[in-house]
Amino acid sequence: MGRVTAPAPLEIEKTESAEEAFAVPEPDVPWVTIVHNDPVNLMSYVTYVFQTYFGYPKDKATKLMLDVHHKGRAVVSSGTREEMERDVQAMHGYGLWATLQQDRK
Amino acid sequence: MPGHFEPTSGGGAAVALDEVEISIIRSLAVQLLELIGPGPAEDAPDDPLAELFNEGPSEPPKDPVLQRLFPDAYGGPGGEPNSPERAEEQRQYSSEFRRFTENDLRAGKRENALAVIRSLDRLTTAGDGDAVLELTPEGSQQWLGCLNDLRLAIGSRLDVTDEEDTDLLYRLPDEDPRKPMVMAYLWLGGLQETLVQTLMP
Repeated sequence: MGRVTAPAPLEIEKTESAEEAFAVPEPDVPWVTIVHNDPVNLMSYVTYVFQTYFGYPKDKATKLMLDVHHKGRAVVSSGTREEMERDVQAMHGYGLWATLQQDRK
Repeated sequence: MPGHFEPTSGGGAAVALDEVEISIIRSLAVQLLELIGPGPAEDAPDDPLAELFNEGPSEPPKDPVLQRLFPDAYGGPGGEPNSPERAEEQRQYSSEFRRFTENDLRAGKRENALAVIRSLDRLTTAGDGDAVLELTPEGSQQWLGCLNDLRLAIGSRLDVTDEEDTDLLYRLPDEDPRKPMVMAYLWLGGLQETLVQTLMP
């Protein structure tokens, strides 16, 4: 049997109680903007919006549009919550159905 | 050129429209304007700051068309809450988002619809011929946005909620009371499709 080493100290100082730490939202987990499928928006229009607003190349914009169409939804951008709220607002401006959520996967 | 947009040399687009087509688009755009409603400043026309300080609504609209134009920003399919606490949190977040964005979103859609109405009012049809609507690149963007909003509004009224609904619309018998609205919906779809093509980067 090898030597048992002392475990590294977990924390030198505890500044928060366990409950407080639990209540803090996960700051490192990014937020994502999701565009949902709807049968009214034209496929060409959705592709156009992804190219124009996000500046995605045509291939990527088309792939995202097809994901929305076939899978019902696609993650179109990720970042901070504020950035995603801006993207969702822009998508609503274009008439696309979008939501944001924290990417917990 | 009837029924579809073509690109113009200046980066804009042009389409020939007859009197009936002009009056249909105009009437639909006016209805959309009425549905979206006046901006907050119109309640206090003498106060230049009213628009700035007026917060938007915190509750989703009651009308299904407006619900589609201004959906909740949190939740939605695949993002369903897994507890009552999460549901309440999503409701609060959506409500906050709505307060700070819905007025701007309504203003943007209003401006697009107004731009469409104004550009149609500038047209003159000579005799029984078509008028040619010529759009600047900016005008094309406004038309594109408005055509999309009109189709969302009509689609919502026609209860188009999945792809099969659209297929059914193509096969409606002539005597169906929804037929005229369906014809308008499909025609606007063709207009929008050709307008997007002129704008594709």
